[in-house]
Amino acid sequence: MTTGVIDRLAELANADAWLVERGRFLDVAFLIEVGDMPYLVRIRRGRIEAIERGPHVMPRWTFALRAPHEAWAKFWQPVPPPGFHDLIAMIKVGALRLEGDQQPFMANLRYFKDLLALPRSNPVRPA
Amino acid sequence: MSDAPYEPIVGRYLRLAIGDQPHRLYVEEAGEGIPLLCLHTAGADSRQYRALLNDAEILGRFRVIAFDLPWHGKSSPPAGWQKAEYKLTARAYVETIMAVVRALDLDKPAVIGCSIGGRAVLHLAIEQADKFRALIGLESGAHADPYYDLGWLHRPDVHGGEVCGAMISGLIAPTAPEADRWETIWHYMQGGPGIFKGDLYYYTSDGDVRTRLARIDTGLCPLFLLTGEYDYSCTPDDTRALARQIAGAQVTVMEGLGHFPVSEDPQRFLAYLRPVLAAILEGAAAPQTPRSSQP
Repeated sequence: MTTGVIDRLAELANADAWLVERGRFLDVAFLIEVGDMPYLVRIRRGRIEAIERGPHVMPRWTFALRAPHEAWAKFWQPVPPPGFHDLIAMIKVGALRLEGDQQPFMANLRYFKDLLALPRSNPVRPA
Repeated sequence: MSDAPYEPIVGRYLRLAIGDQPHRLYVEEAGEGIPLLCLHTAGADSRQYRALLNDAEILGRFRVIAFDLPWHGKSSPPAGWQKAEYKLTARAYVETIMAVVRALDLDKPAVIGCSIGGRAVLHLAIEQADKFRALIGLESGAHADPYYDLGWLHRPDVHGGEVCGAMISGLIAPTAPEADRWETIWHYMQGGPGIFKGDLYYYTSDGDVRTRLARIDTGLCPLFLLTGEYDYSCTPDDTRALARQIAGAQVTVMEGLGHFPVSEDPQRFLAYLRPVLAAILEGAAAPQTPRSSQP
């Protein structure tokens, strides 16, 4: 299941002091799409300030990461299968699309890989 | 001194000419027996082979030798390096390997190479097979198309060490032990500016051997191909496609390993390597039909 995973990302990220420290030069808004649900994630100095669930009217973002539900569900498994164990791997196998200005993503690649892998070790409990 | 907890590895600097250019290469070795020359991956160095160089069982039968390519690890770039972009070519890579073989006076060594080293063993199989006892290609494919813009690896607004480490981190299997995973990443974080990118020129362009595979004679020199299931740079399918073009090439798909088997999870990798080394020792390692393990 991918429902609610992104909603918890701010709590998980901001509790990770070393992640926030490594993101201290990062100010960016990026879009992450889980299936047809977009989320606008606003980061300031490495902390997630806000996560705005779509649909959005005229959203502005620097880069976007878009993948189907099934791809993110595999990515967030405790031991993901080959091709779904890493963001760049998902790009290679065609499951993830990276759009927009990639510079902040590449300059902070470890930050974004670690950020989006946080739900892997912190699974959502069934409601 | 004798009680110091030293590893068996001895490192020295080798003065030799590659082409017409004087070079100073860093070489590590341990063990006695059949020479086993180890080739590191793009943008890394010979530290990747620390597990082989410390394995008592292997060191009892093999003289394990690992060197840093010029521009890598503790090897120097040649004088004048600052005047041009670094780009590894197939010719320079093969010349470097053969120069080391001659300088160390190695008699029909076996060679193990990973990634670009796994490609280099194909060049050796095509051009120099009679000089080698056996060739082992890890994460070995005939060609690789880039799957990201390699320009990100070397530009002033992205830290080279950070991006190289982060870029390759996903090529490590998720089951790799944490300490070994992060040491593998650390090697990449320490590469010189533009060196990983320059090595990938060979990997993605100049080292393409797709049209030359028919020249490989595994009767002359056995070829073993081992690829990790989590490798998305050279996938198991890439290696299988390579092996279909080479009669007698032996393919093993390694479960729970990625693109850096020798360093990301050494003990898991050595379980796959030991039967290959046993076959080399027996000298009976040249079956005439391809064999493929099921993933």
